Amino acid sequence: MKAYPFDYVRPRSLDEACSLLAGDDGARAIAGGQTLVPMMVMRLARPARLIDISRIAVLAYVRADEFGISIGATTPQGVVERNALVGAKVPLLARAIPHIGHAATRARGTVGGSLANADPAAELPLVAVTLDAVLSYRFGAATAEVPARDFFVGPMTTSLPAGGCLVNVGFPVWKGDRIGVGFREVSARRSDFAFAAAAAQVALGADGRCKRIAIGVGAVTDFPIRLASAERALIGSELRPEDVKAAVRDELDGHEMLADLHASSQYRRRAAVALAARAVADALCEAQTSRTDAH
Amino acid sequence: MRIELDVNGTKHELTVEPRTTLLDCLRDCLDLKGAHAGCEHGVCGACTVLFDGAAVRSCLMFAVQAEGSIITTIEGVTPAPGELSPVQDAFCETHGMQCGYCTPAMILAAHALLADNPQPTREQIVEAISGNICRCTGYTQIVEAIALAAERMRGANRPQA
Ligand SMILES: Cc1cc2nc3c(=O)[nH]c(=O)nc-3n(C[C@@H](O)[C@H](O)[C@H](O)COP(=O)(O)OP(=O)(O)OC[C@H]3O[C@@H](n4cnc5c(N)ncnc54)[C@H](O)[C@@H]3O)c2cc1C
Ligand code: FES
Ligand code: FES
Repeated sequence: MKAYPFDYVRPRSLDEACSLLAGDDGARAIAGGQTLVPMMVMRLARPARLIDISRIAVLAYVRADEFGISIGATTPQGVVERNALVGAKVPLLARAIPHIGHAATRARGTVGGSLANADPAAELPLVAVTLDAVLSYRFGAATAEVPARDFFVGPMTTSLPAGGCLVNVGFPVWKGDRIGVGFREVSARRSDFAFAAAAAQVALGADGRCKRIAIGVGAVTDFPIRLASAERALIGSELRPEDVKAAVRDELDGHEMLADLHASSQYRRRAAVALAARAVADALCEAQTSRTDAH
Repeated sequence: MRIELDVNGTKHELTVEPRTTLLDCLRDCLDLKGAHAGCEHGVCGACTVLFDGAAVRSCLMFAVQAEGSIITTIEGVTPAPGELSPVQDAFCETHGMQCGYCTPAMILAAHALLADNPQPTREQIVEAISGNICRCTGYTQIVEAIALAAERMRGANRPQA
């Protein structure tokens, strides 16, 4: 369990980090190292040079801005988990983060690292896709933005150019109204990677019916997906569990499910439907009792 | 590479290869054998140390990355030579260990928890050690030990009646 030798650089500024990453094919960013280090010690990854971005102060923050709530790429997951602004404005994110690994991995693992890594079962990509987050990255001196739905393109594969550096993820905030969230997953052990996961956010109208809804599923397809046609079918409804299940099942019929030793594709399909229904039920229940409709 | 590490209150000047993990550095360069090597790829938790007060896996960090941070290993939690921390004491009393392989890590995870939350619920204790595998105890006595330590540490800060 020893990594192949490499050079280590810890740039002081973001500009320096971005130019080091963009200018060298053998260079790779290391943020929290919670995925990259295991890959390196198992020699599944052999970067010639590590660019340590974990101490670049301007990349670690949570703030309100034009995106809604923006989170810097190297902000540790554990910091976001305890952030009051996130709890109040992007409750789905706060709900999902405790499912990522353990306290000790969240202390080091970063938001940007999880997104860039794009594991099909990872929680943060699922929340980003469900909420229509916008990711911003640098490539050398150039900057670009990409919506989460176009960022994830395959298992462990993103549209981030090689040598690009993710800098920010912006989560839209739903305003007013009675809003609730739900996040459900099944895994073999607490905090392991999920076999199936679902996220939901619901806003209710004055009549108690669904005014707005976002549903996403993860760990069942090559990358997390948002269930836009199911959402359309449910707007205006009372979100009865059987209707939610039918809408989710219909949409997932058009998708091939992942299969592995732990969970067959049939199991994943059933689990995704059941979890999505539970996540929506949790969100509905929370929206019905929430007091955020005061403004 | 030359690095300076702050471990258990002492600064050490060291030369390490970039690929040396913090775990190997603690064990092999500083002779601090309390951080145990279990899986060496992040799944067992045996290598847990405190990094700026937070429990982290020392096998998932290269020593060069730890420069400028404060590292505490199990060797650093005892108040004085020959004494034990309240958490260590509680582990002895409740038989919170058998072979001892997971123990230093469990104790450090407990220290991190109690520094943050002096009155954890059972659920919070279980969550705090959920990343640490124990193959012997069945966890029950470990949870008991942490609850006992929490109770004593709260008592210690209360004025005497
Ligand atoms: C025991 C254990 C359990 C875990 N369980 C889960 C789980 O349940 N769910 C889950 O989602 N994750 C889980 N993880 C992984 C999670 O902890 C990692 O934090 C995350 O996948 C990667 O984040 P990182 O900051 O550690 O990234 P690193 O490991 O540093 O990097 C990961 C990859 O992303 C790239 N990268 C990092 N930051 C950037 C950036 N800003 N721009 C461009 N590229 C970048 C790196 O080059 C590398 O390829 C687990 C890990 C462990 C060890
Ligand atoms: S040795 Fe570090 S987690 Fe197993
Ligand atoms: S006491 Fe043996 S592994 Fe925990």
